[in-house]
Amino acid sequence: MTKGIYGLMAEFDNPTALVNAARAAREKGFRKLDAYTPFPIEELSEALHLHKNRLPLIVLFFGICGGTLGYLLQYFVTVWYFPINIAGRPLHSWPSYIVITFEVTILFAAISTVLGLFALCGLPMPYHPAFNVPRFALASRNRFFLCIESTDPLFDHDRTVEFLESLEPREVSEVAH
Amino acid sequence: MADVTERPPSRDKIIAPGYTFGTVTDQISTVVLTKKTPLFWFAGITVGLSLLFLLLWACALLFTKGVGIWGIMIPVGWGFAITNFVWWIGIGHAGTLISAILLLLNQAWRNSINRFAEAMTLFAVACAGMFPILHLGRPWLAYWLFPYPNTMGVQPNFRSPLVWDVFAVSTYATVSALFWYVGLMPDLATLRDRTTSRFAKFAYGILAMGWRGSARHWSVYETASLLLAGLATPLVLSVHTVVSFDFTIAIVPGWHSTFFPPYFVAGAIYSGFAMVLVLAIPLRAAYGLQGLITDKHLDNAAKVMLATGLIVAYAYILETFTAWYSGNVYEGAAIWNRMTGPYAVSYWALITCNIVAPQLLWFKKIRGNPVTLFLSSIVVLIGMWLERYVIIVSSLAQDFVPAAWGNFHATRWDWATYVGTIGLFIFLFFLFIRLLPMISIFEVRTLLPEAKVEEEVRG
Repeated sequence: MTKGIYGLMAEFDNPTALVNAARAAREKGFRKLDAYTPFPIEELSEALHLHKNRLPLIVLFFGICGGTLGYLLQYFVTVWYFPINIAGRPLHSWPSYIVITFEVTILFAAISTVLGLFALCGLPMPYHPAFNVPRFALASRNRFFLCIESTDPLFDHDRTVEFLESLEPREVSEVAH
Repeated sequence: MADVTERPPSRDKIIAPGYTFGTVTDQISTVVLTKKTPLFWFAGITVGLSLLFLLLWACALLFTKGVGIWGIMIPVGWGFAITNFVWWIGIGHAGTLISAILLLLNQAWRNSINRFAEAMTLFAVACAGMFPILHLGRPWLAYWLFPYPNTMGVQPNFRSPLVWDVFAVSTYATVSALFWYVGLMPDLATLRDRTTSRFAKFAYGILAMGWRGSARHWSVYETASLLLAGLATPLVLSVHTVVSFDFTIAIVPGWHSTFFPPYFVAGAIYSGFAMVLVLAIPLRAAYGLQGLITDKHLDNAAKVMLATGLIVAYAYILETFTAWYSGNVYEGAAIWNRMTGPYAVSYWALITCNIVAPQLLWFKKIRGNPVTLFLSSIVVLIGMWLERYVIIVSSLAQDFVPAAWGNFHATRWDWATYVGTIGLFIFLFFLFIRLLPMISIFEVRTLLPEAKVEEEVRG
């Protein structure tokens, strides 16, 4: 067991090889896995069982909050704080509130989408061990990486290297902390 | 890479053959990362900057002397400022349409034009947003538009469409900026990883926020893009609807009609696609991007323009028909005055630009030739500006009692402010193409044949 490293990374040059490697690693029992790709690959999320996330719920929650706040703001102002008779309309003239209620709903939902994305991804992240691999810069160009992290219960340096080599990658490298 | 651009793709392809992940990345990122700035870029930004100084001059004069330097005078209180506001914000709508609505509709061709179209939206909204504020008379008190606790004890009137507009436009600007930034993150990471300059690495690194293309992140990212697209779609339709409410909820003849919302939204997309073409055609020629922004893209955009142009034509016909059919003497007179009154030249020019000239786009020869397509787009932009001008000015100039009528004459400062915002737009756009990737790199990668995961290997 090597405790000193973050994990082991295998480099592939096409998405099919990476998806197959990710499936093989899941089948082998590895769970602390991550893959790094230059664009989103649906099959990869499937292979790594990543399809569910809580973002829609976050957005729904904040959207409802935004709508409620938007309506209450207008209700508070026009009925209670600054009641003013305009053309004999009732103080609580709800049809006029629809537009702003809608806009504030969208505003809150959109901001929570972006902040939720950052929160669920742990961004901004100034440092990550993956960048210690010199060739990792290609993960944002044309290479596909699979990383088995050393915190995985099945992780054993030599056997993991052997397993990754069996997937026929271009290269296997250690990821320093 | 040279062989890629030499072989133009067939008309139905959205990306030229021969591209790989590497060449796509290099071609788009080199535009930003190169140390050699092309000469035309300097020429373009000089034009933009000069006109921007004209804008600053016009605004400085406006702040010292007031809105009297413009031609607005009761009864025509809205003049150029509101015309330009509606024109610019309409142009912005095509960017959101391309980035959000076409994403939901799974139109892959949007992938190579969405980035600069979104930038166009952002800059157009910036130009648009300035006009109502400049038009306030006391622009330094613009924050009074928002409800906030204040010592005067007054609050905005939430029953007024003008207040709705404040919320709609500021929400639109915010959401467009967020959407644009989220789309940029993976490409900023690419620039960070590819640049050799320490400063650029630091700057793009900060902006990319540590994006590393992790599969876990991508899966959340895809959800976020879909959600943002789903939120931006009703938003963009609502923004121009609310803009049209500024008119329809007033009782001025020529404004007070229920078909304004769909008519305005169609007009917005019409002018927006014209602007997309005006930007895309010179850009792809200047940077040799014909392999990524192909003839198919131009063809599709031209078709959208033609379709929305027909909706706008229908709206003009319906407007005239309703004015007659309603039997309302003021409505009838408003349309008749438009056609024959002091603004008749503008009216017939707009009909020519918006309805007659775009019919040429039915011909494949005209649609398929970048030069003629560019010229038709310019014509549409002029036509759409005239449309807003005629709606606003002619309706206000001759409303009910002829004794209260009065004409609007634009002054040189009206023109300086308008042309100045075009300068601001050009300036921002040229900065954008030099500092950020103008085509979404990661989304173009997904279009390549090699991006397909071959499922039969699944075994």
